[in-house]
Amino acid sequence: MQALYAQLLVGLINGSFYALLSLGLAVIFGMLNIINFAHGALYMMGAFVAYFLLNLGGINYWWALLFAPIIVGIFGMILERTMLKFLTGLDHLYGLLLTFGIALIVQGVFQNYFGSSGLPYSIPDQLKGGMNLGFMFLPIYRGWVVIFSLVVCLATWFLIEKTRLGANLRAATENPTLVRAFGINVPRMITLTYGLGVGLAALAGVLSAPINQVRPLMGADLIIVVFAVVVIGGMGSIMGSIITGFALGVIEGLTKYFYPEASNTVVFVLMVLVLLVKPTGLTGRAA
Amino acid sequence: MKKSIASLLLGTALAVTAAGAAFAQDKTVKIGALSDQSGLYADLGGPGSTLAAQMAVEDSGLAAKGWKIDIISGDHQNKPDIGTAIARQWFDVDKVDIIVDVPNSGVALAVNNVVKEKNGVYINSGAATSDLTNAQCSPNTVHWTYDTYMLAHTTGQALVKAGGDTWFFLTADYAFGAALERDTTAVITANGGKVVGGVKHPLNTPDFSSFLLQAQASKAKIIGLANAGGDTTNTIKQAAEFGIVKGGQKLAALLLFLTDVKAIGLETAQGLNFTETFYWDMNDQTRAFSKRFSEKMKSGAMPTMVQAGVYAGVRHYLKALDALGGNPHDGIKVVEKMKSMPTEDELFGKGEIQPNGRTIHNAYLFEVKKPSESKGPWDFYKLVGTVPGDQAFTPLSESKCALLKK
Repeated sequence: MQALYAQLLVGLINGSFYALLSLGLAVIFGMLNIINFAHGALYMMGAFVAYFLLNLGGINYWWALLFAPIIVGIFGMILERTMLKFLTGLDHLYGLLLTFGIALIVQGVFQNYFGSSGLPYSIPDQLKGGMNLGFMFLPIYRGWVVIFSLVVCLATWFLIEKTRLGANLRAATENPTLVRAFGINVPRMITLTYGLGVGLAALAGVLSAPINQVRPLMGADLIIVVFAVVVIGGMGSIMGSIITGFALGVIEGLTKYFYPEASNTVVFVLMVLVLLVKPTGLTGRAA
Repeated sequence: MKKSIASLLLGTALAVTAAGAAFAQDKTVKIGALSDQSGLYADLGGPGSTLAAQMAVEDSGLAAKGWKIDIISGDHQNKPDIGTAIARQWFDVDKVDIIVDVPNSGVALAVNNVVKEKNGVYINSGAATSDLTNAQCSPNTVHWTYDTYMLAHTTGQALVKAGGDTWFFLTADYAFGAALERDTTAVITANGGKVVGGVKHPLNTPDFSSFLLQAQASKAKIIGLANAGGDTTNTIKQAAEFGIVKGGQKLAALLLFLTDVKAIGLETAQGLNFTETFYWDMNDQTRAFSKRFSEKMKSGAMPTMVQAGVYAGVRHYLKALDALGGNPHDGIKVVEKMKSMPTEDELFGKGEIQPNGRTIHNAYLFEVKKPSESKGPWDFYKLVGTVPGDQAFTPLSESKCALLKK
């Protein structure tokens, strides 16, 4: 039984990353109607930016949490302005192919210069060590990841669902022409939204840098699972992707305990089941 | 990117060979470097292995004797079906004579059958499974560098003898992990130890915390890592996080490469004991080779033992061809010639290829240095001991290879 508690907690930790990443995807899909396949590569860039800030600029983890999402977010906004915006109104497939191509290019460039095994990034001193919870030894850093990402997820949800800015944004998605008539700069808002989604990915990248290796393929390995999370939660649903992210982390954690061989397929099995029963995802509304 | 490297190498190989005089039919060779070019094993083999093969061709001096030697490379993506498809195409369409490298035991065993069927030459350096020269040995195959038997009988044995008599395995769930766990378990039980449990994890797992918790709960003295590359680095890094070593358990990195240590960082990796058959900083010859190698690598990486094995294997292959006076395009014949000649090169020293295809050379027990002991960006290892080849690898009397029953 004790082992089970430990696995639940570990599952929540992985769930934090799923939640942060699928949240960014949901924001981008919900507001821009783009299936952002470059999300994994941008997550990876977040981790690399943290690495460079530390090793070239001497800027520590805490500042990286702030700067990396901004730097990668700006990169994302440039992508949106120079490429993605021309795809507005076209079939989803175009956006998917474009972002997939961007992901391959970014990963290829990083791999060319840094190899595939990755670079070490150590846990900040303040979060080193761990505490004994009785049923398990919890590294403090992992506890921090869960709490921090939960806060970020809820803040994002609040921003989009409960504020005036979010209301404008949602309105702009529904009917851009009408919202423009109210004097709101819709293209700028779309660019900023993409920047926000990308920034969330980069933030997840910084959070994961001390746990995983800073590797060019760290995003590629994760992104497929995250897409499954988004599909299960319902494309474009903010709260849905947060809850599904954490829930799937836990389910995956339990699978690792009861039947480890299936741990990297369980999410997809669930996705198949959900799609069969409710094709719009658990919280999605019919289009 | 892969294509451009391949064409670059091809271009260089052509330029080198163009210097030679005639394009005599019997003096053409085509080498295929088949590896994981972009995944978790790409740094320990991958483009570096293609480079090593190319350097071997240059250093062989055969171009000046009128040989025309081409190198092509392919990415098996750690999938046996892709690996065999490439191998078949290479033999049937591209007329490749020899396949080298091939990390990932699952792919390696599948390609082993293709090479045998097509009567090519197979010098495997990247894969670990001892089955390549044991139950599944082939007259077309030479296995260089290392194997699971060797890893078990060096690192494994040393740990059991030092008192680590209870083990818990974290095993990569495919041919390699299974072979390494099997061979190490045999050593543990033979030395009076016991395996108390284990987990099989999927290849390329980013998060090991669940598995590490199970290992922690098992209370085993040694946690044996029967995995490799990115899986091993992630395990070691996360084990440090969960305080496993501080809690008194010891990690046995049964297979660890230079690039893995670089990736983990000395801070976390210090003190790990493991075995390799090549390290760049062994003597003047290895240093000279590694310097040349590193200058040609985009990442500036030093060669791993797998890449060194590709170099040594191709050198020996070309020596055999030179001795034959031409390329008979007959795999069995060439491998027989290779086995009849003692091996000797700058990287592995003197050795031999046994009738089952196993190359015998020294193995070295290393310990990862402390950050304070390291003097340069690749100064990682302290030599702890040397195991002579005949003690490190499967004795012929224990080998189940059918070739030995003639």
